Amino acid sequence: MDALLQFLFSGLTVGAVYALVALGFTIIYNASDVVNFAQGEFVMLGGMITVFAFEAGLPLPLAALLAILATSAIGVGLNKLAIEPARGAPVVSLIIITIGASIVIRGATQLIFDKQLHRFPSFSGDDPIHVLGATILPQSLWVIGGALAVFVGLWVFFTRTLTGKAVLATANNRVAAQLVGINTGWVMTLSFGLSAAIGAFAGVLVTPITLVGYDVGVALALKGFAAAMLGGMGNPKGALVGGLLLGCFEALTAGYLSSQYKEAVAFIVILGVLFVMPQGLFGRKSTERV
Amino acid sequence: MLTVEGLRSRYGRIEVLHGLDLEVSSGEIVTVVGANGAGKTTLLKCLSGIQPVSDGSIVFRGESFASVPAHKRLKRGLAQSPEGRQIFTNLSVEENLRLGAFLFTDERVERDMADAFAMFPILKEKRNLAAGGLSGGQQQMLAIARALMGRPHCLLLDEPSMGLAPLLVAQIFEVVKSLKQRDVTVLLVEQNAYGALKIADRGYVMETGRITMTGPAPELIADPRIREAYLGL
Repeated sequence: MDALLQFLFSGLTVGAVYALVALGFTIIYNASDVVNFAQGEFVMLGGMITVFAFEAGLPLPLAALLAILATSAIGVGLNKLAIEPARGAPVVSLIIITIGASIVIRGATQLIFDKQLHRFPSFSGDDPIHVLGATILPQSLWVIGGALAVFVGLWVFFTRTLTGKAVLATANNRVAAQLVGINTGWVMTLSFGLSAAIGAFAGVLVTPITLVGYDVGVALALKGFAAAMLGGMGNPKGALVGGLLLGCFEALTAGYLSSQYKEAVAFIVILGVLFVMPQGLFGRKSTERV
Repeated sequence: MLTVEGLRSRYGRIEVLHGLDLEVSSGEIVTVVGANGAGKTTLLKCLSGIQPVSDGSIVFRGESFASVPAHKRLKRGLAQSPEGRQIFTNLSVEENLRLGAFLFTDERVERDMADAFAMFPILKEKRNLAAGGLSGGQQQMLAIARALMGRPHCLLLDEPSMGLAPLLVAQIFEVVKSLKQRDVTVLLVEQNAYGALKIADRGYVMETGRITMTGPAPELIADPRIREAYLGL
């Protein structure tokens, strides 16, 4: 029983990171139908830039803020330099562009920073908190709380604000969106900026637990993608639940089977979703009259 | 209100509008009739800015539209209810209407929405349903209502009768006619020439990218050439 709780705690922590990556996918997907595979690199950049700004002498909160803003700017740059010029290209081509962009970002990070693993101190110390015989790190609570906060923020954004609906409208019908006065170019800029900021925020939260290096983004993008698929692409609630579930599956597999099988869980989930329910747990079944 | 001179437009190397002149005055209902492929939809797309113009000028309320991008034209007072309806299928009926008034956040939005529901009561009944599940006629009503939410001075209507049952066609044309009372100028593009000319003040006949005839709508209905070619009489 204690072991189960312990596995679940670590699963929820990792799952919250997957959820944050999946939430980042959600925004860009909602605005453009593109799955941005550079999303994992945004997480990596958030961690890396914070590390180097912190080591350069900035206080940690300021370093984190700088990292989030810089990553957000890189997200906007990705849209302006790589996605916007290819407007009108099929979605698959745009997705491949994001894969290319992720390779470029990874390479540039390696050159500008280095190839080592880094971390910075936890926000509230490293003394584990005891709960019912299991322990959880204070930083884990930060990660889980951060994922919940971003989820609530996005849910309000998409369901309660006109700007959020403008993002949904742009994805649904770009021409009609322009006809009602929505600047669709600006919506894309906003989406990329916001997704990148959320990714970087995840990187800031998780680095004290998992460490950060130039190449941590690839695995995160894949896991986040699996989480988003499981929950239903484009749905913030799906991203949150999908991420937490995937994290728990992984932790339980590692705990009860073998940690060697842990990495396979995400792929089994992707396959399972595709075979059994391609729209995911919360995905909207599309009904359209022609 | 709207003056078009020498308008040309092309898809790739194929020119589809060969120098078009057209004039719409404030308060009028003007219709452009013509067969499929005459370039009517392209004309409207040029006016709303989603199709590039290769030559000629569009002047709306005294301002040249040459460098006004599509998303800024509604702010200038020009709305379009596009061909094939182009509603936001994933969003609810009410969200579609709200987005029609994307440029506005004042209390008039609520009033305009109540007006839209009064004009099309079926939309009120289905306000919380996804717009993609509406019937063709209901989608057409939604497209018109959404365009009106943008408080246009001039409304471009592209084939509102397309694919609808005759009873609905009559209802839609009644609504278009009633826009006069709301001080909305209308440019109506239609294949259903008879229905359009009956509610219009003036008409243009378009053939393969050119205006071939123009005049007051009653004269066009009476013209033997038009009766034969477009009205099947």
